[in-house]
Amino acid sequence: MVGRLHAPTPLPSRPALVLLKDITKRFPGVVANDRVTFELRPGEVHALLGENGAGKTTLMNILYGLYRPDSGEIWVKGRRADIRSPRDAIRWGIGMVHQHFKLVLPHTVAENVALGLAGTPFWAPARAVAQKIRELSQRYGLPVDPDRRVWELSAGEQQRVEILKALIRGAEVLILDEPTSVLTPQEAQELFKVLSRMKEDGHGIIFISHKLDEVLSVADRITVMRRGRVVGTVLAQETNKTELARMMVGREVVFRLTKSTCQPGEAALRVQDLYARNDRGLWALKGVSFHVCRGEILGIAGVAGNGQRELVEVLTGLRRAERGKILLLGREVTNRSPRLLSDLGCAHVPEERIRMGIVPALPVEENLILKRHHRPPFCWRGLLRPRAIRSFAHRAVEEYAILTPSLRTPAKLLSGGNIQRLILARELSGRPAVVIAAHPTYGLDVGATEQIRQLLLRQREEGAAVLLVSEDLEEILELSDRIAVMFRGEIMGIVSAGEASLEEIGLMMAGERRSPVRSEGT
Amino acid sequence: MVWADWLVSTVSRALAFGVPLLWGTLGEISAERSGVINLGVEGMMILGAFTAFAVAFQTGSPGLGLLAAAGVGGVAALFHAFLSVTLRANQYVSGLALSIFGLGLAGLLGRGWEGKPLAATLPSLALPGLSRIPVVGPMLFQNQTVLTYIGIVLAFLLWLLLFRTRWGVAIRSVGESPATADALGINVTLVRYLCVVFGGLLAGVGGGYLSVAYRPAWTEGMTAGMGWIVIALTIFAAWDPLQAIWGALFFGALYHLSYRLQAFLAPELLKLMPYLFAVVVLALSGFGGARWRRRAPGALGVPYVRGER
Repeated sequence: MVGRLHAPTPLPSRPALVLLKDITKRFPGVVANDRVTFELRPGEVHALLGENGAGKTTLMNILYGLYRPDSGEIWVKGRRADIRSPRDAIRWGIGMVHQHFKLVLPHTVAENVALGLAGTPFWAPARAVAQKIRELSQRYGLPVDPDRRVWELSAGEQQRVEILKALIRGAEVLILDEPTSVLTPQEAQELFKVLSRMKEDGHGIIFISHKLDEVLSVADRITVMRRGRVVGTVLAQETNKTELARMMVGREVVFRLTKSTCQPGEAALRVQDLYARNDRGLWALKGVSFHVCRGEILGIAGVAGNGQRELVEVLTGLRRAERGKILLLGREVTNRSPRLLSDLGCAHVPEERIRMGIVPALPVEENLILKRHHRPPFCWRGLLRPRAIRSFAHRAVEEYAILTPSLRTPAKLLSGGNIQRLILARELSGRPAVVIAAHPTYGLDVGATEQIRQLLLRQREEGAAVLLVSEDLEEILELSDRIAVMFRGEIMGIVSAGEASLEEIGLMMAGERRSPVRSEGT
Repeated sequence: MVWADWLVSTVSRALAFGVPLLWGTLGEISAERSGVINLGVEGMMILGAFTAFAVAFQTGSPGLGLLAAAGVGGVAALFHAFLSVTLRANQYVSGLALSIFGLGLAGLLGRGWEGKPLAATLPSLALPGLSRIPVVGPMLFQNQTVLTYIGIVLAFLLWLLLFRTRWGVAIRSVGESPATADALGINVTLVRYLCVVFGGLLAGVGGGYLSVAYRPAWTEGMTAGMGWIVIALTIFAAWDPLQAIWGALFFGALYHLSYRLQAFLAPELLKLMPYLFAVVVLALSGFGGARWRRRAPGALGVPYVRGER
């Protein structure tokens, strides 16, 4: 491995666009960046690859002035740059598109672009920038209407606004943090075209990602980070997926899970013509129908914000269904309480694990019995029985390999992977008939991800019906037996995993309905 | 004709009573649009009322009194800004403390001033020309002080500032999503300080109006809960300065009617009216759901900490 590593070669003609030298940043308890050196040249896409928590975003937040490094230097175009705030970064020609967009949702596109933009007139600034927006969006192929309100836009359009914001500020360096996580595969291809146009104009692009395939296809050079350190920098042409994965994780990685063939039983969860509204009162689900059988995993794919969250909430009793029916093991449970649903054998692995999955300040053992704290053996005549709770917790911690200092440790102190295992231990302990898992591996490292996926597959083998909602297409393709694609509150089609192609799923994610001939009814 | 007279005088008095509400509400809109809720309006108004009276009494100039009231309101708001923006204290607690503190301090300082007559009061100003229009003239353009007109012009100016200028985009963005504004180089702290202090200036003038123009006298607790009505009115007006004009007029009318109708209904009941309506307004804005709530600044009441998601 070492022999192939790219030595930091000084460029003879032009200085690097950006040079980060020996950057160190400590947070309480962790060294997020440990003497990191990174170089970006004009006209290149330089990918920053690493697992969640490897320190990629911290490094870029330092370059963008959101954090101050504890030590190290930043050089921009051969000059030492003292970047103390985003304002300084913008002045040095650096723009950043954050993973969670920094947009003012109730405002128009033009207002968002005009915000803080030097040189806009005092009066009617939005009108003045609208023209500039049209010009730039024409030039780089970033179509967007300056007068639309941002909350009305799709995630892909919002991303274009973010890129335009950076371009209009004269950014020569564009940092993109996990830009494809909100895009369909086709939209991602569009983005890559925009990036290559920007490259031709001499821009430098830093592309943060943890996805090997896209990094290989979009980047010129790849720098891999692990646990706050740079493992190495390689040319994209000279490397491959296996090598990158080894650098990223520090050991060999198996790409395929072993999965037995699906032997579906009777339908455990049946959804018929479901309608529900989102928090704004608009329709989020418009006639959703599907079923999940015992012993199968149904994957729900789709770009974020197309009704997946509302669907999970309705199915778990957290949101009202306005119309339609939900049948759990043949019994109608539409708009019944979450407790009844869980008593009937419906497990829920929620999207936001800390906010909805645990009570952060309660100890591990109490979090483990939360759903059944009111019933024997954990409770007797209204009093908790600590000994029963403790022995149950003991077994759960062992069986699910939850790393915790003690059973009395507040759950919030555990790492993301351990919190997720805790949630699964609680949810799966009662042998559920239906498991509803929303983004179960989001933000976890490779090891934890593997374990969680194994646990879900084991549920399927034991005869549970698993509904898997995820924005990670790879995960959906890997685990599911059938795949349903959601778009704007409707299901565009359901395909069996064997016959699904990435292109087809991508088209459905963008709103193309599958031809009715081949689609399955419920 | 009796009814016409009654209507004219009711609207005229409602407008006069609405003036302190309007000034206070414009100030609160300014603060809340930047994301800081200031429940200290009652305290800032009563301090303004006392200051205006004392200064006008000593100097013989109501204008000077009002300027001093603005200054005191601004300083009081500065405390709130320091606690809630710099120290990131709970904005509700800090605002409540300011109200209680203001009421207490004004009561203490004002002991010797109770019942003194104020010779130099703010004169009413009939607008030339406009005041001669039948019905509308006496309704709106006679028996009003200059603060009525300035207040209304201020509402238009604040609207223009918020929705048609660079600064407005910055202020509203800070109130909706400070992280976004910060990432684009806007100084979130500075914007919030300016908006809160500006709000305090206006609240101070609103209080001063009571003691040098509306009533010309100093009584302890003379703001009588107006500061709390302002909080409700801000929601009622959906954080829009132009709608604040109508809101202030409406609540001014309620205050006024509670005096007018004393012959027919128990005065205790009538005095309840503005507060009752405030509760109804708040309840309705809750029920109206998404449509109303969408207009509340997204980051209202939330201190901004860089780097938190």
